[in-house]
Amino acid sequence: MTTIAIPPGMPQYDDVPRFDVEVVRADFPILGREVNGHRMVYLDSANTSQKPRQVLDALREHYERHNGNVSRSVHTVGTEATEAYEGARGKVAAFINAPSPDEVVFTKNSTEAINLVAYAFSNASIGTGGDPRFRIGPGDEIVISEMEHHSNIVPWQLLCERTGATLRWFGVTDSGRLDESNLEELVNERTKLVSFVHMSNILGTVNATARITERVRQVGALLLLDCSQSVPHLPIDVVDLDADFIAFTGHKMCAPSGIGVLWGRGELLAAMPPVFGGGSMIETVTMAGSTYAPPPARFEAGTPPIAEAVALGAAVDYLSGIGMRAIQWHEKELTAYALDALDTVPGLRIFGPTVPVGRGGTISFALDGIHPHDVGQVLDAEGVEVRVGHHCARPVCVRFGVPATTRASFYLYTTTSEVDALVRGLEQVRKVFG
Amino acid sequence: MQVDQLYQEIILDHYKHPHGRGLREPFAAEAHHVNPTCGDEVTVRVALDAETVSDVSYDGMGCSISQASASVLHELLSGRSAGEAYAVHAAFVELMSGRGQVTPDEELLGDGVAFAGVARYPARVKCALLPWMAFKDAAARAGVEFGAGSDDKNERSEVKTA
Repeated sequence: MTTIAIPPGMPQYDDVPRFDVEVVRADFPILGREVNGHRMVYLDSANTSQKPRQVLDALREHYERHNGNVSRSVHTVGTEATEAYEGARGKVAAFINAPSPDEVVFTKNSTEAINLVAYAFSNASIGTGGDPRFRIGPGDEIVISEMEHHSNIVPWQLLCERTGATLRWFGVTDSGRLDESNLEELVNERTKLVSFVHMSNILGTVNATARITERVRQVGALLLLDCSQSVPHLPIDVVDLDADFIAFTGHKMCAPSGIGVLWGRGELLAAMPPVFGGGSMIETVTMAGSTYAPPPARFEAGTPPIAEAVALGAAVDYLSGIGMRAIQWHEKELTAYALDALDTVPGLRIFGPTVPVGRGGTISFALDGIHPHDVGQVLDAEGVEVRVGHHCARPVCVRFGVPATTRASFYLYTTTSEVDALVRGLEQVRKVFG
Repeated sequence: MQVDQLYQEIILDHYKHPHGRGLREPFAAEAHHVNPTCGDEVTVRVALDAETVSDVSYDGMGCSISQASASVLHELLSGRSAGEAYAVHAAFVELMSGRGQVTPDEELLGDGVAFAGVARYPARVKCALLPWMAFKDAAARAGVEFGAGSDDKNERSEVKTA
């Protein structure tokens, strides 16, 4: 036997933080259930994640012990609820390294967060006096990409329809990466906003942002990153990312549905006009007119999803306790394993990067001649839960010439044996339709 | 195993060896229906000879359920009188809307009875109905009286006459 000497300086990944996946799984009650007589193999976390007991307990405890409305009550439970709600804001801010909790605006989900920015542009463009960075009209351009979820396409199409601005986009390369070859021309002095996805929900691609950010700064535009798929899976630092806004959603990161986040630079949020009017977002109201609260309250009209926000705080605590770096590494190893395993399935074609670099644990594929709905149905009969369809990213399907794909997506509780179950399930699919 | 109920041999056979596939001329009217949630699509043409549906031709792409359903549609309705076609159509829609509680009439539905299992999977009922709803639109466009408008607001329809 020869001993291989590892050259000094080579990364050996010994110092990468790890966790015991079985210990993590024990925190998720739903993972113990059966589907069609099989132990459930949940491979649809890019759609929505499962929830650990710690988050479910936080939700229950809030309603059982601290329920009151926020920001308006002098009584004890109202004060406790307000503290818990604002405490959650602080936890979320720390989780993404936001300089201040006031930069975290709670929304319903990512879609609402993106629409909030789009409508702030609209409102700033009506009449005069809007901040010039948010004023948009004919001749101005907004740049997105072909890789976007519909939630980062349609709000901008609507904004362009309302204002006469022009929508442009980055293409996608054959290997499923952003085509930045025309960056200089695409992002130019007419560009007001660039909004693109940090990690693709269909291709799994994690986009490198530095080059685009640099160009956005050169031309004086604003940058929004859709981090719906990245915040749950990798360490995110908004200072390091150097974006102006990011959007993400709680339900994909172990929290309940109904709570999302718009993070924005403090001075930009302060310059943004309100979008929803109502209680909590005002400073003074007279019958003749109103003045508005500073952010984040300015953008949180009405009673917010209080318990959901508190539970998001618990989810952030849970994820931080395990460590985002450890979660990222777990998924990277799983992705490498799954890419190799799927490569053994005859007739299987992967859309998106086929190497576990610059991508996350979301893998879309086609099985030769078999429709994704049929694939998903047979897999479900085997207890394997995957997403089928266009994944709200229809332009990506069109780009790759397919009506739909089958998508398996992983999270911190996913195991290699679940990847094996997927591969076995695909054999069954081939038997039924072969 | 449950999935066997869904993918009856009959359905798989129609999917792998579709009957009457392809768009034929002449035709009285056609309709193109899309299922926006999965991107499945089908075009159905209706040819008429006096009061008879002389041919139902179709083309499309999609899952085994939607494509097999189009094949069964062709088989069941081609050559039928408008009245008979209406009866079969109504029976198929009733079967698919029955959540598995409707016992299908084999005399009337022929191979269509194989879709009884599909009715237990709410997510797939739309797949099975896609060609039938396109047929209904095409028939209405061709002047065949077929009851009230489309049952499914989620489906977009483009109808044109020849």
